[in-house]
Amino acid sequence: MFSAVANVLRGIGHRVVDNLWRFGASMRFFLYVLIYSGESFRRLHLTIREIYFTGVLSLIIILVSAFFVGMVLALQGYNTLQRYGSSEAIGVLVALSLVRELGPVVTALLFAGRAGTAITAEIGLMKATEQLSAMEMMAVSPVARVVAPRFWAGVFSMPLLAALFSMVGVLGGYLVAVPLIGVDAGAFWSQMQASVDFREDIVNGVIKSVVFGIACTFIALFEGFDAPPTAEGVSRATTRTVVNSSLAVLGLDFVMTSFMIVA
Amino acid sequence: MERTTIDLWVGIFAAAGAAALFGLALKVGNFNSATMGETYSVTGAFENIGSLKPRAPVKSAGVVVGRVDNIRFDPETYEALVTVKVDKRYPFPKDTFANIYTAGLLGEQYIGLEAGGDEKMLQNGDKFSKTQDAVVLEKMISQFLYSKASESNDTKEAD
Amino acid sequence: MNDNIVEIDNLSFGYKNRLLHKGINMKFPRGKVVAIMGGSGSGKTTLLRLIGGQLRPVGGEVRVTGQVVHKQNRKGLQALRRKMGMLFQQGALFTDLSVYENVAFPIREHTDLPESMIRDLVMMKLNAVGLRGARDLQATELSGGMARRVALARAVALDPSIVMYDEPFAGLDPISMAVTCNLIRRLNDALGATSIIVTHDVQEVFAFADYVYFVADGVVAAEGAPEELRKSVLPFVHQFVHGEVDGPVPFHYAAPDYRQDILRSPNV
Repeated sequence: MFSAVANVLRGIGHRVVDNLWRFGASMRFFLYVLIYSGESFRRLHLTIREIYFTGVLSLIIILVSAFFVGMVLALQGYNTLQRYGSSEAIGVLVALSLVRELGPVVTALLFAGRAGTAITAEIGLMKATEQLSAMEMMAVSPVARVVAPRFWAGVFSMPLLAALFSMVGVLGGYLVAVPLIGVDAGAFWSQMQASVDFREDIVNGVIKSVVFGIACTFIALFEGFDAPPTAEGVSRATTRTVVNSSLAVLGLDFVMTSFMIVA
Repeated sequence: MERTTIDLWVGIFAAAGAAALFGLALKVGNFNSATMGETYSVTGAFENIGSLKPRAPVKSAGVVVGRVDNIRFDPETYEALVTVKVDKRYPFPKDTFANIYTAGLLGEQYIGLEAGGDEKMLQNGDKFSKTQDAVVLEKMISQFLYSKASESNDTKEAD
Repeated sequence: MNDNIVEIDNLSFGYKNRLLHKGINMKFPRGKVVAIMGGSGSGKTTLLRLIGGQLRPVGGEVRVTGQVVHKQNRKGLQALRRKMGMLFQQGALFTDLSVYENVAFPIREHTDLPESMIRDLVMMKLNAVGLRGARDLQATELSGGMARRVALARAVALDPSIVMYDEPFAGLDPISMAVTCNLIRRLNDALGATSIIVTHDVQEVFAFADYVYFVADGVVAAEGAPEELRKSVLPFVHQFVHGEVDGPVPFHYAAPDYRQDILRSPNV
């Protein structure tokens, strides 16, 4: 009985220590990434190449999802708003939900699934096939050559993707609200413009997406770098990337939103 | 893939992203009115501001000319001190009247400016000399009921 | 000046409390091809990593050109590594680059040579391994043997003075194997470099190595020129050289008595 309790406690302790250790390791890794970042700016083509892989190749999924999210928002919003006789406010509803929340958050979640997993798998495989070791033996730091360019590419791509998401979402909402439902186009835009604040809504949305960009890309990179160099290790790391990125995005979103609303 | 092709795609991506940001700022948001360029601030003391909030519009003749900057409580006079920022393009006379109005019956509250006739204009850091408080609905209703009651009392006494 | 470019002095290394190496001494003279042999899991590859400074020894030291590897700071280590080239077991080519770019990689990273000169260098190295014609292929399109040769071209791209080979013959067909043996010897002599080969392919290595170390149980069990070792009467060397199933190196991993093990009921 006593030993069973002790075992449970030991299990908890082990996990806590384990996670703390990993967290510490990840912070040290983050520091390395920052220290070696100079390389990714001095040799910009490395970073540009990664922007292609993380940003450009994520465009399709981001744009298509944004379009549908915008249309659904308009349909649902109209359904509720018309009960209160204020269906013109649909533009406000669509734009505010997209710019403040859905744009940054959904983009980050899709990014984690599309680009994050690709980064983790690629780096994990490079490690498993000794490419990173080989680089080290050639006196080239893998953090400078492989990790830092991917990090900055992700941080750069995320706000652009989020802005595109919001914009296309608003267009989707417009297409449903105005031609399909018959809301007045002038009211749609003017009410939206009156209520969406540049500083409070749009800039805050961009700040969120930059933070999500840092979090998602970093998690993907760390999991790849930390993955055991086996097929199973890489596949587990990929899963962890999605789970951890999603949790980080949603948690950070809550924290940032509460600060932004209070301030 | 060729480096030039990658460069082209990344260029398109960056341009589209920047365009989307601009689009959000101009078409979706109120970037135009939020960046009023130069402003001057004027403070007014109110006994009751109702539910006026920072960033509420300041209007004159129905046109937005500024925004509420901040709201403080003055512990000496027990009044609310409201600072508003007004666009430099719109100078107002010294004796301008600042009222707190409600948009519609239950809408948001804003500050309405009614220009006076003074020769001198308001400067940065000045005070509104004349202010009018927000109309608080509960107060109005209770006043109305009270006056009705006293009216009926009066008629009773007259009998 | 010392004649040994790499010296391993009383080196110990291990993970947790299990020691893999228990006081290893080796010397690698300039210009020679030296092989390190031993059974699987005897820590041969780890030795290469210790020489390259990717691992820290528990005791003793490795000296490369007289400098202690694990006492170098980052800059010093980089400088030492630039004198080394390493061929990894599976080649470890960068899968996102072409053959040409793979060989050009160390040159681009460490020099500011103009593109035309890089091209000449890459062509030279690729020609040496007989793969000049494959320069436009992607690294992923190569067969195992070709990948190994490209990796070799990359390892010697900056004319290192030490070239390390980690199992260069593993999984190669007899022709590729002969080609690789030939290449290692030729490159070694052409570069005037020192080659350190980790392997367990006895016959191939004995044919061209200058000196051979046998590692077993964490120590150097035997050493000498191939001809001496072939005649050696040490039971371990005899077993290894002639590929016998059982001998001093047991067929079985350390285990309790077979009879007892089988008779033990599973739920004990």
